[in-house]
Formats: sequence, C-alpha cells, structure tokens
Amino acid sequence: MKLKNPKKSSHRLGINFGNQPHTVSLLNIHNLSCQRGYNQLFDNLSFQARAGDILRITGTNGSGKTSLLKILAGVNTAEQGEVVWDQHPVKSDGYQQEVFYLGHQAALSGELSSLENLEYLSALNKTTEQHQLIQALNDIGLKGYADEYCANLSAGQKRRVILACLFVSKAKIWLLDEPFTALDPLGVEIVESRITQHCANGGLCLFTTHQDSALLNQRMIAL
Amino acid sequence: MNIYFQTLNRDLRIALRNPSSVLNPLLFFIISVSLFPLAISPEATTLSQIAAGIIWVASMLAVLLSLNALFHHDFENGVLEQMLTSHHPLPLLILAKITAHWLLTGIPIILLSPLLGVFLFLDEQGIKVLMLTLLLATPSLSLIGSIGASLIVGIKNSGMLLSLLILPLYIPILIFATSAVSQAQFGLEISSQLYFLALFLVLSLMSAPFVSALALKISLE
Repeated sequence: MKLKNPKKSSHRLGINFGNQPHTVSLLNIHNLSCQRGYNQLFDNLSFQARAGDILRITGTNGSGKTSLLKILAGVNTAEQGEVVWDQHPVKSDGYQQEVFYLGHQAALSGELSSLENLEYLSALNKTTEQHQLIQALNDIGLKGYADEYCANLSAGQKRRVILACLFVSKAKIWLLDEPFTALDPLGVEIVESRITQHCANGGLCLFTTHQDSALLNQRMIAL
Repeated sequence: MNIYFQTLNRDLRIALRNPSSVLNPLLFFIISVSLFPLAISPEATTLSQIAAGIIWVASMLAVLLSLNALFHHDFENGVLEQMLTSHHPLPLLILAKITAHWLLTGIPIILLSPLLGVFLFLDEQGIKVLMLTLLLATPSLSLIGSIGASLIVGIKNSGMLLSLLILPLYIPILIFATSAVSQAQFGLEISSQLYFLALFLVLSLMSAPFVSALALKISLE
C-alpha cells in the first residue's frame, strides 16, 4: 500500500495528524485483505482515520476501491483484518449507526416520489424531521421535485435525492463511492462544501472519485 | 418497530402503483383453476373430489410466481445495500417485506378461494376448511419462499432454481392442507392437520426472517 499526502509526501497516514486531542473518535483499519475471485485486491492494508479527516481513495479500475468501501460499510466481509470505530467493530449496532454508505446505485424506487424515497432512506439511516427533508431537497437543488416520481428524474437528479439523504443523516462516517457521478459543476460544489462542513464538525469522510476534486486537506490512500 | 411499518407501507405503496406485478400471479391462479373443469370433466362429483387439490396447487404456484420479485427490485436499485448498512435489524425489515408479500398475494388468494370453490362444486364445509387452511398456510408459503428468494437474489433468470429450492419445502403443507379439506368433506376430524399447519407457521415465522437475512448477506457479498 502506498500512502500519499498532497502537501507532505513523507507524511505517513495514521501517524501524524497534527495536534488533535486523543479523545477524537478513531476509525482503525488493521491488516485488511480482500480477494475477489482469484484476484487479491489488497493485502495487509492498515490505516487510521480520525474524526475531521477527509480521505480520498485512489486507484485504477478494479483496484478494490469499491470493495474497500463496502467492507468499511459492513456490506462485504474482508478475508482477514479488522475495522473498528471507537471500540465498535464493523457490523455491530454501535458501528452501523455511525455509517452512511453511498453506493453506485441511487437506492431509489421509481414508483415513489423523491420525498417518499427520502423519507424511507432517512428512516433506514438516522431519522430526521419531515420539514428537514423538504429543506434538504431544496438545498440540493430539487425545489419543486418533492412529489415527482423518481422514475421521471434524470440520473443527476436521482443522485441528488440520495445525497440529500446523506446530508440530513446523523451518521459520522460518510463512505461515498463516486459521489460526483452525473452531477453538474454546481452539484459537485454543493457536495464538496457539505463534505468540508461535515468534517469540520467532527465527521469523517472516505470517498472515491476519478474526477478532480477541489476538496482542501484531503489525504490520499492509493490502492 | 416503526421501521417495520414504514417498510410495509413502502412496499404496499410500490406494489399498488405498479398493479400488474400484483395482478399477474392472481390472474394465473384464477385462470389455471378455471381450466380444470374444461380439461377433466364438468361433473360435480369428479370436480368436488379434486377441488381442494387444484386450488391448493394453483395457489402454491401463484405464490411461487410472485416470489421472484420479493427482493429483486430492491437488489437492482441498491435499497438492499442501504437496508444492510442500516442499524435496524435486517430480519425485521425482511419480515415487513414478507408481510407485504402475503397481504398482496396470500390475502387475495384466500378471498378468491370460496368463489373458485363454488366453481368446482366444493360443499360449504369444504370451502370453510379450504379458507382456514389457506389462512393458516399462505403466510408459511411467503415466509419459506423468502429464504429461496434471498438465496437467488443476485442470479439472473433464476425462476427454475427458485422452484427447485422451495417446492420440496412446500410439499408437507400441500399434503396436510389438502387432506384436511378432503377429510372435512367426509365429516371427519381435521384438528391434527390444522395443528400441523399452525406448527409449520410458527416454525417458519421464527426462523425464516433470520435465515433470509443471512442468505441476503451472502448474496450481496
């Protein structure tokens, strides 16, 4: 595993995180290995991420970015290794309620309206108030689309609905797989500013993207 | 518990907005039952003897037909992944989906059965017991079926596989339910069959959501 930091290339991830206090929540990934079919995607991957970090996972197609995020989300199981957030191992209740995973698919049902989809998804994650959901749709640029069936939305608009769900969730760990796909430049800007805000408020964000990202202070994990 | 009703509500809403998915198995049920008098004999004595068997086999196949869709759409659009990463217990979410499936297939089958019973010259006692066995056993069909549906969720064109997995588990229900109806037609005691169907329901209710949750986790890997 190679670790890079855009500012200090000698900086080893997980060792030097500035002067943050020790009580900050810590996501500890230890000796993770993942195999798909006959391919060993990564082996003995270890790093730590603290609340407030923005981590960008980079790598070529098929290098295991999505697999890593799925393992961290508790969808997949690693061949070996452990993932722990504040003494809660992955797949435990204490861990899962801190995680929001945004996968490749929009997770929306075409037969339901944007608001109905959002209500259900936010109930699955951590629930928020109804008025916040409509506000979240407005904030992401879907004003007037609350009652529109998701089957009638464009790919970018569908992406925005699930992103609205992310922004109202109370989860601390955001695992975003290609969050900027299908979004226009304004949409990308909104998502980037929300990620920055979330991490400034003590959240943690791990994401993958093949696009240029203007996010400040992002650390890289190369697979 | 709130999430149980939210999931149930969501599934019912999706189904009612896409009625063909609900109506297809029911139409299959009605059509297949109504073809038997044409093919075998329109005589009342013949039909009343085989009525329970025909209705039960047709309802089982109708349930089987509808099971493919139980998790398929949620798998395709990624909602299952969200369910898996949620902190809510997955078996509870699955139980809600099974309940929705039963409300949309089991209940209409139970409501249609007296009409089809009359079609096939089933007497009043026979119709009553037929409805009772369907009421006791259709939830088991949905529950056991969910295990098969969750095992095949990632596999394309898996209709045949689902039948092979699930039908053997349906056989005991079929045997006890039809024997209850035919014994009732002769005025015999049927409590043992009903107790068995009730036992099957309790067992599947206690185990199927958990087994399905496990199978879904494996399928999504």
